[in-house]
Amino acid sequence: MNCDEVLIHALIDGELDAGHARTVEAHIAGCGRCTQQVAAYRALRQALPARELRYAAPASLRARIERTVPVPARADRRTLLKGFLAGGAISALAAASVAFVVVRQGRDDVILGEAISAHLRSLQADHLTDVPSTDQHTVKPWFNGRIDLAPPVVDLTGQGFTLVGGRRDFIDGKPAAAIVYRRRVHVINLFVAQGLGVRSPTPQLATVQGYNILRWNEGGLDLLAVSDLGRDELEEFGAKFIAAARGAGQ
Amino acid sequence: MAPDVKDDDGAAQRFRAAALPYLDDVYTLARYLLRDPHDAEDAVQECYLRAFRHFATFRGGPIKPWLLAILRNVCRVEYARRSASAFMQGEEDDAAEQATQGLWEEASASPEAETLRHLDAASVQRLIADLPPPFRETLVLREINDLSYREIADVVGAPVGTVMSRLARARALLRAAWLAEEKET
Repeated sequence: MNCDEVLIHALIDGELDAGHARTVEAHIAGCGRCTQQVAAYRALRQALPARELRYAAPASLRARIERTVPVPARADRRTLLKGFLAGGAISALAAASVAFVVVRQGRDDVILGEAISAHLRSLQADHLTDVPSTDQHTVKPWFNGRIDLAPPVVDLTGQGFTLVGGRRDFIDGKPAAAIVYRRRVHVINLFVAQGLGVRSPTPQLATVQGYNILRWNEGGLDLLAVSDLGRDELEEFGAKFIAAARGAGQ
Repeated sequence: MAPDVKDDDGAAQRFRAAALPYLDDVYTLARYLLRDPHDAEDAVQECYLRAFRHFATFRGGPIKPWLLAILRNVCRVEYARRSASAFMQGEEDDAAEQATQGLWEEASASPEAETLRHLDAASVQRLIADLPPPFRETLVLREINDLSYREIADVVGAPVGTVMSRLARARALLRAAWLAEEKET
């Protein structure tokens, strides 16, 4: 293989399949120029404060857009209620349209919705933890044999997020490890599972039904942190968790 | 008819739930493409209006690239209308690629792995905003909007190979500008 700067970027970006990545890495290992290039561009990416380079949409813009896409939520609920009260054919129709809504949502939205449902279940059923412990060395091994993956468990108590314990849960029908943290009165459920389609290694924030969800992929595991914490604090949690988990080599 | 109204409401709700979480992403791209906060706001509003109108044709999958593609089209039309310039058109891309050829080779030729000095976010934003359009949008879509190569290719309507070479060049240009900025200050 010859020097190919484009392939170096594809390698850094994680866009090469395993076979090509090996070929490119083998070339780089024997090529001083390419080794320098890789180091130079890794340094550039590290220096880029990607999060700070974003612009936050002004609240007035959000309000303008919300006005152009009206949601008469109350009327909607009444219609649905009437449908169920009328019974028979109409409620069957309502049920059918609910199914339609679920199918029409992207898979992404389904996963987010499932994560919120699991979060709410854990709070409502008063079943937050199967293994209540503030010790990461108790929580992590508890998952052995109970779930087919080794979730990263780190103690962030010193950094303002208290480890409360662990629980076995399900997201989209897939077994998930739930690691539970607390910040003041707020609970954070960190779900760790496989095959949920989270691809980004950098945390992505979404807000659904008033809950914030931060999700990222690390080492083939999908991680989703769900909480009623504000966006800033949840992002802080994500950053501290990732740093601690990497530091622990998990 | 009641069922129609209800379905419209449902569509609006689905759209809001799916599209509004990406408002900052869309606005960020608009700021970098148009380099003006007011123009960016107008473009984002138009983008969401169009996206809602065409939501029925959205066939699932990640919605972020779909929104960003609409935003990019809005920006192109808007920019062309205001300045009568061929913003991000094919010819412009070629011209920009030609113009930066020398710079790129120069930047690639001296790849000492020196660490970059820290620059504040505003300075980095300015360096990115100064990149020629085809490189700027590719870099922003990758580094800030966090899209995959395939998604970027769909958004800008170019082959993946073109996206890859533009990204390589965008980073070389940014790095050269960064080092130049360090020397100045």
